[in-house]
Amino acid sequence: MTQLSDIADKVRSKNAGPFWVTVDIFCGGEAAFSQISTSLSTERVAALFNAKAETVKRFEIPSLNVIKFSLPRPHIQGSVSDLDMHGAAWGPLLAEIDLN
Amino acid sequence: MTTVKILIPSGALGLGYDATALARGIAAKPDLIAIDGGSTDSGPSYLGRGVSKYARASTKAEWEGLVLARAEAGCPLVIGTAGTCGSDSMVNWLFEITQEILTEHGLAAKVVTLKSGQPADRVVKALENGEIAPLPAAPEISADIIKACSNIVALAGVEQISACIGTGADIIIAGRTTDTAIIAALPIMRGLNPGPAWHGAKIGECGALCATNPQSGVITVDFDNEGFVITPLADGAHATPHTVSAHMLYENTDPFILYEPGGHLDVTAAQYHALDNRRVRVTGSVWHPSEDYTVKLEGARVTGYQTVSLALVRDARYVKNIEAWCADIIAKHGAKTADRLGLDLADINVELRIIGQNATLGTLENKASALTEVGVLAIVTADDQQTASNVAKLLNPYLLHHPLTTAEEQPTFAFPFSPAEIDRGASYAFALNHVMKLSDPMDAFILTEHT
Repeated sequence: MTQLSDIADKVRSKNAGPFWVTVDIFCGGEAAFSQISTSLSTERVAALFNAKAETVKRFEIPSLNVIKFSLPRPHIQGSVSDLDMHGAAWGPLLAEIDLN
Repeated sequence: MTTVKILIPSGALGLGYDATALARGIAAKPDLIAIDGGSTDSGPSYLGRGVSKYARASTKAEWEGLVLARAEAGCPLVIGTAGTCGSDSMVNWLFEITQEILTEHGLAAKVVTLKSGQPADRVVKALENGEIAPLPAAPEISADIIKACSNIVALAGVEQISACIGTGADIIIAGRTTDTAIIAALPIMRGLNPGPAWHGAKIGECGALCATNPQSGVITVDFDNEGFVITPLADGAHATPHTVSAHMLYENTDPFILYEPGGHLDVTAAQYHALDNRRVRVTGSVWHPSEDYTVKLEGARVTGYQTVSLALVRDARYVKNIEAWCADIIAKHGAKTADRLGLDLADINVELRIIGQNATLGTLENKASALTEVGVLAIVTADDQQTASNVAKLLNPYLLHHPLTTAEEQPTFAFPFSPAEIDRGASYAFALNHVMKLSDPMDAFILTEHT
């Protein structure tokens, strides 16, 4: 089984303002971009993040070999139930996903 | 051909910058020095309290370097979002620091401040008049929620910063401002195409984060009517089409579209060209003005008061059964809180986060870990500090001695601190993700020329 971090250069996440989190996959090359693009569905990413697929925005940027996902934060940044002030941990979680 | 050179020392005042690279930037004769002073990224407490995340001494040391560099360059120096959150109190704070620096160096400078603070009554009135609209994923708001905010700020754009520059100011201390507006203002004032102006500002707003050696800070952005050029100034820092274009991903929901006061930027058609192994030129970005002029609002309000405690569990059997242990403590502590303090459990929140297991991801965690030790972080939230503190104190006997079974000798667990509880004070939450319509861009801002 191949996991995303085995073939991507880097997977990172950060807040995009207090209400959104964004996750960038730097695939590192065209072959990896193409493989990740076809084998990583938005639905699986949404399920991993326990989000509704229609709330997850997906961007593919071939010129950078980047795939990007943005989704509303489950808890507003810094609220009592928020665990991760900067949205740092979504990337490491996605990096471990198995590719189909 | 009109060109404008903006020098950006770093992504934020307080992060440090490379002094040699800054001197190179000054030697290149910039038209303006722009630096950002904050963002929401450190959380709602700074805006809620109207304070800076960075130490005053650190802010003063870095600001002093820029005030002196400005005097040498003879161009305006602009800071946006002064003091992390850009509240009126932080504009006053940085103004006071500026006066100290000018006095200590025997310098004279014309200082202009721009305040972005919004009285709650004004925002409530705008809400009633239908002049407030939610952005995607905005929380529900009401007049009561707006009035509960301890600070509300509006994000200034190019129009307000241009008004400050237009006074002939040497130093401009602006409250909450979009990160880009302090950079885009001068090129747009000089009549350059706003597409490249906003795009160059977005790429440049984090300093050398758009280049290799991102911590070196200092870059220049040279604007003309068709595009802009990014030049990192520290030794070993290089901008490439990849590093520059990739910066549109950073902290952005959408890597192609950026909303700003008065319109939005579209970089879908942007072209990135390496001029040499250090500099990148970008063309083709487009600005779309909006029909209405709106500014984004940010507000923070107190949602409770907290007391925290941290216990460390090293006993292998307890580590293995840590979830059951925590669940049992929550149940027993709840019963005792209702009994001894007479509190309705619906009015307080008691949480035990298991550090080492799922304290970062919560229910999203999908890995079982084989642990040597775990931390149990207790977080109590209540309507006032005294209640939070009392409830947390009732937790201590459990965190210290709670046995997994009644049949065993009383265990003891480790604590890093005495007292075991730490009062954290007010816990704040961001309450607004909305825009407010203005008939005149200066309506919500106060520009003051200090002599």
